[in-house]
Amino acid sequence: MSLVPYVVLSSILFTIGAVGVLVRRNAIVVFMCVELMLNACNLALVAFAKQHGNLDGQIAAFFVMVVAAAEVVVGLAIIMTIFRTRHSASVDDASLLKY
Amino acid sequence: MIAFWVLAPIMVIAALGILFVRKAVHAALLLAVVMIGLAVLYLVLEAPFLFAVQIVVYTGAILMLFLFVLMLVGVDASDSVVETIRGQRVLATLCGLALGTVLVVAVAQISLGPVVGLDEVNSSGNIEALANILFSRYVFAFEVTSALLITAAVGAMVLAHRERLTGKPTQASMAAQRVRDYAESGAHLGPLPSPGVYARHNAVGTPALLPDGSTAESSISRVLAARGTVSPTPVDVDPVQRAIDEGVQDAPDGAPTSLNAPDGVAYGSVPSQTGTSPGQPNATGDRGSTEGDHT
Repeated sequence: MSLVPYVVLSSILFTIGAVGVLVRRNAIVVFMCVELMLNACNLALVAFAKQHGNLDGQIAAFFVMVVAAAEVVVGLAIIMTIFRTRHSASVDDASLLKY
Repeated sequence: MIAFWVLAPIMVIAALGILFVRKAVHAALLLAVVMIGLAVLYLVLEAPFLFAVQIVVYTGAILMLFLFVLMLVGVDASDSVVETIRGQRVLATLCGLALGTVLVVAVAQISLGPVVGLDEVNSSGNIEALANILFSRYVFAFEVTSALLITAAVGAMVLAHRERLTGKPTQASMAAQRVRDYAESGAHLGPLPSPGVYARHNAVGTPALLPDGSTAESSISRVLAARGTVSPTPVDVDPVQRAIDEGVQDAPDGAPTSLNAPDGVAYGSVPSQTGTSPGQPNATGDRGSTEGDHT
């Protein structure tokens, strides 16, 4: 039983997440797509942990989850702050630094 | 491997759904499907600890955080369809397809060799083995994680904190404002009409009917109006109106009971309601006068 299908699924999910980050306008949905990319990487890490027979990959996935939790907390707080001042959660409306 | 071939299409379809659904809440639910699928795959890949962490931390905590923020941000957070950069969507899709093709083709061509498997490492239990590594080789990273988490918590509190520029509105100040509005612009002093009153339904989405059969806009919550879930004017208003008109015509030579509409809508009871409660002119009489003002 080869573990290549797991890595292929991981790449597909990562690609979908990347396209979502580029295509969607809602900041919260963009954030969800970033989470999807992190999860796809976790799947690859866990699959390679099994492939190589040591637990370093699972530890790495565990740390990715911790960092993702911290990142979500701060990111959602930033989205809340932007929404409070600009009354919009669209990534296009936060363009004050552009001009 | 059966679990994989069952779950993988579901997860890919759900992930694609995130790209296409209009509402952010639906995207969050689809993300939950993907994450639970991943948790099951972790179980298949001999990572029971990560299975539990994935369920508890990701689907339990992070997605709930997303849903909290979605509720705070509200109903008007739906995606806009207009492209701000011309051709950006097409280009993004093309780049995504290219990236996906490269990744999948490259990964599918490699051969990983025989799977070693985790049976030997997990012989004394997956959690014990993980703890052995985590608290020996990775103990410094683990400690740094605590600093990261406390920084994130403090940062979120600082970002979400709002300095009040004015005092909190109290009940007394709001009442004073209402009386001031009444004195200056004649705005209605009493409570707004409740929905469904004089209509055929008592649901909150049903606007109250005014005596002339039109709807009272102020009887519907602004949120419902913004969502567009307000029930249309009942179709049987016109027959009721006709019956009322006939009843009024009959009134001089008929009994006063003919004022009541035949199908039970007691339009005729409006004046009698205000008339039979002279003790509380502000309670029922006020609503009648409110709707009279709106017409």
